[in-house]
Formats: sequence, C-alpha cells, structure tokens
Amino acid sequence: MKLQPLGDVAVVATLGEQIDPASLKLVLSFVEAVAQAKAKGILDIVPAYASVTVFYDSAQLGDAPGGAYESVCRLLEACAQKARSTPAPQGARAVEIPVCYGEDYGPDIEFVAEHCRIGIDEVISLHSGGDYLVHAIGFTPGFPYLGGLPEALCTPRKDTPRARVPAGSVAIGSAQTGVYPMASPGGWQIIGRTPMQLFRPHLDPASLLKPGDRVRFKPISPGDFELWR
Amino acid sequence: MEIRVIHAGMQTTVQDLGRRGHLAQGVPIGGAVDAVALRLANLLVGNAEDLPALEITLTAPELEFEKDTWIAVCGARFEGVPSWRPFRAYAGDRLKFGSRIQGCRAYLAICGGFDVPLVMGGRGTFLPAALGGFEGRALRDGDVIRSVPSERVLSGRWTIDERILPRYSREPTVSVIPGSQAGEFGDTLYSERFTITARSNRMGIRLEGHPIPRLSGGELISTAVAPGTVQVPPDGNPIVLLADAQTLGGYARIAHVVSADLPLLAQLAPGDGVRFKKTSVAEAHALARAEEHRMALLRQGLAEKIRSA
Repeated sequence: MKLQPLGDVAVVATLGEQIDPASLKLVLSFVEAVAQAKAKGILDIVPAYASVTVFYDSAQLGDAPGGAYESVCRLLEACAQKARSTPAPQGARAVEIPVCYGEDYGPDIEFVAEHCRIGIDEVISLHSGGDYLVHAIGFTPGFPYLGGLPEALCTPRKDTPRARVPAGSVAIGSAQTGVYPMASPGGWQIIGRTPMQLFRPHLDPASLLKPGDRVRFKPISPGDFELWR
Repeated sequence: MEIRVIHAGMQTTVQDLGRRGHLAQGVPIGGAVDAVALRLANLLVGNAEDLPALEITLTAPELEFEKDTWIAVCGARFEGVPSWRPFRAYAGDRLKFGSRIQGCRAYLAICGGFDVPLVMGGRGTFLPAALGGFEGRALRDGDVIRSVPSERVLSGRWTIDERILPRYSREPTVSVIPGSQAGEFGDTLYSERFTITARSNRMGIRLEGHPIPRLSGGELISTAVAPGTVQVPPDGNPIVLLADAQTLGGYARIAHVVSADLPLLAQLAPGDGVRFKKTSVAEAHALARAEEHRMALLRQGLAEKIRSA
C-alpha cells in the first residue's frame, strides 16, 4: 500500500496497479475496515478501481501527534492490516438493467459495429451476454464504472465529446462500458439507453449501484422502453 | 418572506457549505466556491455561518424585498452595493447592482437564510444533476424565493477589519501541495503565469498560456479528486477543480491548491492570472488554523453587535 496526500484534505491509499476483481476485493475490504474503525474526523471514504481516498477534517485532528495527516496515515496503516483478514463485505447484488439498443437510443451503435467488424445484432448480443462488475461510482452522481466488457467490443472514445449525452445512455469508452445517469457532456460511444433511474436523490442510498454489484443488460424494444417510463 | 427576482443575473444559485458523506456515490461536495465569503456574509446578518445564501456570478441579479430585512454582500464587489457590512433593505425596495469592480462571485446573505429544502444533507444547488437549491436550478427572471422569518437587531455603524478578509487579487500566487504525479512533470507549473479562460465554471477553472508537458508515466487508473486538485489533461493545459469537482478523475494530478487559498481562485474571472508555489501539508493546515482563528475573532466581535429581538 502506498499513502500520498491529496492536498490538505485527504489521504490516497493506493492498493493495486490494475483494474481487476482482485483489486476491487481489496478496495472493498479496506473501505469496510476504515468505516468500522469509526475514527473521529473522517468525512468521506471514496473507493476507486485500485485506491481508496479518505477525506479528513484537519481542525478536528489538529492536536494528534505529528499532525492530522500523520494521524490519518497511521489509521490507514492499521486498517490495511485489518483489511487483509476482513472478508469483502456481503450484500453485493445482481442488477438487471433494461436497454433499448440502437436507432435514436444508441446513435453510435453502427460506428461500434463497423469498428469491431461485426453486425449490430452481434454488438447487442455480446454487450447483453455477460456479467459486468461495478468497480466504482463517480464522474457524475450514480455513474457506474463497469468492468467486463468483451474485448471484441472495445471501441475508442469519440475525438470530440458530445456536449450533451441524454440521461440513461449506455455507452462504450475503450475497454469500459457504463451508463450516464443524467444528461451530461460525454465522449463515449452511445449504443443504447435505459429507462431505469440510476440516481434517485430522494432515496437512501441515492445511487442504484454500488461497488461490488454485478450488472447484466437486457435488450428491450422501443415499446417496452416507453412503457417503463 | 418573499424575495422577487426581477432579473436573475448570469448564474445566481442558492449555495451553502456543501454536502459531506456522498462522494462515494459520485455526489460532489459542492456549496459556495468561495466558502469564506459565504460564511462572512451569513455572520454579518446574524445567521449561522452555514445557512444558504445566493451565489452571484459575474453579473448580478435585481431583487425586490417583501418586508424590511438585513442583507450582506461579500466576495466580488459591485458598484452601488456595500460590501462586507450588513445593510437594511426595506419593503418594496429593489436592490440593483452596478457594474462589477473586482472578483467573480459575490454572496448575498439575508437575515434568517433562504428557505430551500435539505437534499442529501445540503441546501446548495448542484446544477448538472438538478439537485438541491431552488428547484435544482439557477434563478430565473420572475422567480419568487422565500427567506426564513427572523428578527434581529443590528446595532451601530461598523465594518469588519480588513485583515480578516481573504487577500483577493486579480493576479494571486496560490500555495499547492505536489500531487501523486508531480514527479512526471518539470517545473513549468511553478515558473509561469497562467491565464483563466472563459471555459471555467463551478466544476473547475481551465488555464492556458503554458502547456505543461508530461515527461514520463503512462495511462492512469481513475482515482478520487477534490476541489483544489490541479489536473493536467493530454493537451497540457491545467484544470483546477472547484466546489462541483467530479469525484473521480483519470488525468494526471500535478498538484493540489491548499484549502485556505480556494477563495482566491473562486474570485478569478476570465483574463485574470494565477501563479503557483509549493508548500507542505503541515503548512497548509497551519494556514487553515489561522483562518479559523480569524473567523472565531469575528464571531466573537459580532456577538456584541447583534441580538435577537
């Protein structure tokens, strides 16, 4: 584990070097260990692919020996020890996300098919054929970073990002796939759209998905898409 | 009581001191880009310092008040409107701002605070997700926004000691702590002046002038970023993240602006310049402590000048 400051507000604990299920398991155990420590002055615990960033309140920790940063580092060292023997937390779910592929819902599906030298039907069957692992939530509220895209579907991002990607867009960016929970600028190739809401600010938790969850995409017709809404 | 928005201004939003505990769900901290100005504006009208106020960006709104009240405007300065002291607005008054003198964002606090719902632990507006604030959006001409009823009596004529105010400048030098990829860049960040571009918003300031070449290092795995993080995308033009910073980022992190200097960045307008100098985490925490000490002195001083009716 490598510890580095993120300015004067957080400590970044780097736990791995790659995007894989082993890094995710380590990240989730570490998050659990930090949360269970219930240490004072900890404001936010933010998991990413292979790192966990812990935000702290320097005012609350100002009297700690060596200062606030050192005291958080000591906490994280202890948590790393504990995480090795902490099983990854239970409660990961399998979530099915309905997707209407192609046409107006997925304007880039033809580009992806051409780039991958396969038919549009094949893009759909490959994309909806496997399980994806949620590695992190971020970029925008509720946006899942998904691992597990079949290699045959890897397509580079657009040269110029779109100014506005519609909410629910399902897209491919290089070796990753994800769902835009709300309209935002974006550079990924859009292959479909889901009527499902991935971010629901009135619910707790507001994000439908969390790291560790498994996702499967289910093709639906435009008629079903409209019914869902 | 009601406040009628005659003209909304370029981007006027309700902001507070932000949301904590939701970064893992992708929800930014948000809140006032210049948190010190918002806190001072609230204190000046006798509010708790985290109450929601209006964040005014570059061009100011015109407002009409239903009843007599106290307001204060801090941060960016505009002609015709007093800064850094409370003043009376009377029923039927229209508050008009003249042209902008200095700064980018002003904070207008009203006695009692603006009345907007609590969403995910905050009352501030996060525009990209239409979350919080006044209907999740910036104010528009004709809106009517409410304030929480409160009667306080402010005594005497006075202003706050200028030594308490942030050292705003159109050409500040801000302190940074080197970031995770600092070693992959040369010294360009510390030797040059960077210009603020118009492609800047609550999420971040885009700088130009001296592209910073990345000398080594490969593709990075996305990890957490925060307000203050200085990212360098492949084109070499740095981006300094502000209050609405995305929660995870994949660009190289060259440095991070210390918390105490974020108000200086918040007030930079397109065309202004900024320079960077290195500091340590311990020095940054000392600066933050000094800031809180000044704030505590002000709170103490104000307590004698404000009483509840």
